Amino acid sequence: MSTATESPKTTADAPKNRGKAPAGERVADWADGRLGIYSLAKANMRKIFPDHWSFLLGEICLYSFVILILTGVYLTLFFVPSMAEVEYHGSFEPMQGLLMSEAYASALDINFEVRGGLLVRQIHHWAALIFVVGIFLHMFRVFFTGAFRKPREVNWLFGFLLLVLAIFTGLTGYSLPDDSLSGIGIRLMEAAILAVPVVGSYLQMFIFGGEFPGHDIIPRFFVTHVLLLPGIMLGLVVAHLILIVYHKHTHYAGPGRTNENVVGYPLLPVYMAKAGGFFFLVFGVITMIAATVTINPIWLLGPYRPDQVSTDAQPDWYLGFSEGLVRMMPGWEWVIPGGYTLNFGLLIPLAVFPAMLAVIGLYPFFESWVTKDKREHHIAQRPRNSPTRTGLGVAWLTAFGVTTIGGGNDLFAVHFNLSINAITWFCRIGFFVLPVLAFFITRRICMGLQRRDRDKVLHGRETGIIKRLPHGEFVEVHQPLPQDQLHVLTSHDQATPMEVGPETDENGVRRRINPVERVRARLSRTYYGEQAQIPKPTSEEYHEITSGHGHH
Amino acid sequence: MSTHNDDNTPHDETPGEHLPEGRGHGAGELSPADDPFADPGLPAHEHRRQDIDERAAQRSERTVALLFTVSVLATIGFIASYVAIPIDRIVYIWPFGHVSGLNFALGLTLGLALFCIGAGAVHWARTLMSDEEMVDERHPVAASEEVRAQVFEDFRQGVAESQFGRRKLVRNTMFGALALVPLSGVVLLRDLGPLPHDKLRHSRWKEGSLVINESTQTPLRPEDIPVGALVQAMPEGLDPHDEDFQVEIAKAAVMLVRLEPEDIKDQRSADWGHEGILCYSKICTHIGCPATLYEQQTHHALCPCHQSTFDLADGARVIFGPAGHPLPQLRITVNEDGYLAALGDFEEPPGPSFWERG
Repeated sequence: MSTATESPKTTADAPKNRGKAPAGERVADWADGRLGIYSLAKANMRKIFPDHWSFLLGEICLYSFVILILTGVYLTLFFVPSMAEVEYHGSFEPMQGLLMSEAYASALDINFEVRGGLLVRQIHHWAALIFVVGIFLHMFRVFFTGAFRKPREVNWLFGFLLLVLAIFTGLTGYSLPDDSLSGIGIRLMEAAILAVPVVGSYLQMFIFGGEFPGHDIIPRFFVTHVLLLPGIMLGLVVAHLILIVYHKHTHYAGPGRTNENVVGYPLLPVYMAKAGGFFFLVFGVITMIAATVTINPIWLLGPYRPDQVSTDAQPDWYLGFSEGLVRMMPGWEWVIPGGYTLNFGLLIPLAVFPAMLAVIGLYPFFESWVTKDKREHHIAQRPRNSPTRTGLGVAWLTAFGVTTIGGGNDLFAVHFNLSINAITWFCRIGFFVLPVLAFFITRRICMGLQRRDRDKVLHGRETGIIKRLPHGEFVEVHQPLPQDQLHVLTSHDQATPMEVGPETDENGVRRRINPVERVRARLSRTYYGEQAQIPKPTSEEYHEITSGHGHH
Repeated sequence: MSTHNDDNTPHDETPGEHLPEGRGHGAGELSPADDPFADPGLPAHEHRRQDIDERAAQRSERTVALLFTVSVLATIGFIASYVAIPIDRIVYIWPFGHVSGLNFALGLTLGLALFCIGAGAVHWARTLMSDEEMVDERHPVAASEEVRAQVFEDFRQGVAESQFGRRKLVRNTMFGALALVPLSGVVLLRDLGPLPHDKLRHSRWKEGSLVINESTQTPLRPEDIPVGALVQAMPEGLDPHDEDFQVEIAKAAVMLVRLEPEDIKDQRSADWGHEGILCYSKICTHIGCPATLYEQQTHHALCPCHQSTFDLADGARVIFGPAGHPLPQLRITVNEDGYLAALGDFEEPPGPSFWERG
C-alpha cells in the first residue's frame, strides 16, 4: 500500500514545494476546516483496542445488523406488503391458481422470479438468526465477566434494548410473507392481546384494524419492521459504539494490564484491517450458509388461511421460550362475577415473557445496589471469581432452556419418542426447580475453580512427572508458576460482606436498622461471603510454602 | 491505584468500606520487590517470523494477494452465474440434494468473494502489520469537582435568568399545554380500527345455513359423513373470493364428526347434533389455530399448535393442553331437502377468549 509514497519523487514533493499538498491531504484539509476532523482523528485514529476472541461476538452482531439492512433494503424493492387476495400465476407450479395475499405472492416471486432473490432472502433470514444468537452470546460474555459494571451500565441497557428490539423486529419480519406458519404467529399475538383484561378486544381491533386477520396487519408490521424498529435500533447501535469508544474497551487481567490502562492494537492499521476483514468473513460465511442450507422455505407452507394449519408450528429460536411459556401453562380461565373472562392461560405467559427479559436489563443495577460498588471497573472478571453472579446467569439460562424445550415439545415428543404430557410436566416443574439447582451447582463449580487457582498459585502447576524419593515415597513434581500467571491468578479483588452494624449503639440503646439494609447485607453475604469466595493466597502464605519446605 | 474512586465521585454515595481499595491484591505489607504476585509489566515483544525474515514476509504478501485475487475471480464467477444459469434449473449436488443451481452458484461465489477479502485482510493484519501491543491510559469518566461545581453554577444561573421559578403562571400554563398537546396524537389513533361491539360474538352461521363441505364445496347430507369420519366445512354463502372471507372463515370454520350415538357422553351435545353427527367450531379456544387432528378411536381432536386436546364425544371438553374452555358446538338439523343445516349461530363466541366473553 505504501509503495507510491516511498518512491523518491513523491516523498520529495510531499511537504512544502509549490505549496501544493497531495489531493488526499487537500480533501482532508477541506473537511477539517468545516468538520474539525483532525481533532477527532487525533483522538481516535490510533485508539487502542484490546484483542480477545470473546470481543468478536459483539462485532458479529454489528456486522449481521449491517447485512440485515443491506439485504432488507433489496427485499423491499420486490416485496408487496398487501393483504389483498390475488390468484397466483407465477412460475411455481404447485401453487397455480391458488388464492393468496399479495404479500405471499410477492414473497414467492422473490424466490422464483427474481434472480438472486432467494439468496438475498436466505441471507436476510440467516443473518437475523445469527444477529440474535450473537447478541445473546455477546451479552453472556459481558454478563459473566462483569463488564456491565460501572461505568458501562448505560451501555448494557442500550444493548439490552437492542436485544428486545431485535426480537420484535424478527417477529414482525417473519410474519411478513403471510405464509401458513407466520399467520399462526400473528394469530397467537392476536389471542394474547385479546387476553388483556378490560381493553383486550379494543386493542385487538385497533392493532388489526378490525377483526382477525383483516387487511391491515401486514402493512402495519411492514412499516414497523422496515422503518420504526430498525430506525430505533440504528440509533442505539450508534450510541452503543460511541460509548464503547468513550469508555475504552475492557480487557482481561494480564501482565501490564491494569484498571487504569488499555493494552492492545491501534485502530489504524491493525484493528481496522482485522475488524473490517471480519465483516467480510461474517458476510461470506452467512452467504455460504444461505447458499447451502435452506431456511424458512415459505413455498412449502402455502398461503395463510385461518382454518388451515400444518404441524411443527414453531417460532424462530429466540421466541421459543415465549412459545414454551404458552405451551407449559395450564389452561386456567376464570369467569369472574359480572360475566368477564380472565384468561390466565395466556395472561401469565404474557407477563412472564417480558419479566424474563426485564431482569436482564435490570441486573447491573441490582448488583451495584447489593455491593455498593461505585468504583470504575475496566478489567473483565473471570466468571469463577463472582460465583453468585455466574450462578444467577446460569439459572436464567436454565429457565430459558427449559421454556425453549417447552416451545418445541411436539418436536421433542416425535424425535425422542416421548409423551407430550411427560414433557409438559417436566417443563412445568423444571421451570421452578432446575434454575435453583443450576444456581447452586454453578456456584459450587466456581468455588472449586477458585480453590484450584489457589492451589496452583501456592503449589505450582502439576507436571505429571512422578518422582521417587530416596526413602521410597512417590511425589508428583509441581512446577512453580511464572510471575505473570501468579499475578493474573491473584489480581482480582475480594471484598468482605457488608455488615449492618451492631444491634445496639455504644450506649446500649437498640439501634433501628432499616429492614432493606438487612436484606442488602444478607445479599452482600451471598456475593462476598465464605460460600462465594475462597480467600486469595497472600504473599506470606506463598513465601512460607515456597521457602524450602517443598510442596506439602 | 484508586485515584478516581474517592477523589472524583464525591457526589456518589460513599462506597462501602467493605470494598478493597483499588484493585491491587492486597495487603501492601510487602514492598513490590518482595511481592511474588506483583505485576511484572507488559512482556517483551516477541518477533514473528515475518518481522525478521523478509522471505517469510513475502510469502505472507503473496498469500494475501492470492486471497484478494480469488475474491476477484469469485465476483466474476458470480456475474457469470447470474447471466448463464436459468432461474428454474434444479441440480443435484451432493450432499445437499436437489437444489436451485442459480441460488447455489450465486451464494457460493458471492460467499467466497466476501470471505476471501476478509481472510486476506485478517492475514495481512496478523502477519505483516505490527503486532506490538500498545498502551493507552484510561481516565475517570466522572468530571472533576471544579467542573461539577461550574456546571451546577451555570445551570442555576440559567434557570434563574429564565425566571422559571419566579413566574409560576408561565411555568404552570406551559406544563399544562405540553401535557395536553400529545392528546391530539392519541385521538388521531382512534381510527386505527373499529370498536369491538359484538363482532367477536357472531359468525356467518344463521338459522338454515347449509353446511358446505370444505373440499368439494357442496352442501353436506348426513349420509356423506360415515361413522368415524371428520369433515371440514363452512357456512353457505361464503366465497373465498370475498373481501372479508379470511375474517369470516376465522370464526365460522367447523368440523363435523359422526359418532355412534351410544358413544356420546354429553346429552346436550347429542341433542344439538343429528343422528350422532356433531358440528364443532374447529377454531381452537386457546389461540385460534384449527384443531383438526382427529383421533378416530378416542374421538379426540388435537390442535397442532399447542396440543390442546378436546374430547368431541364429551361436548369437546378440554382434556389436555392450555385451552381454557370447550370448542363451541353448532346446533344442526336436516332440512326438508335432506341437507344438513344450522339451527342458528354459535351459542358462545368461537375462537380465543376475551374479557367480555363471559
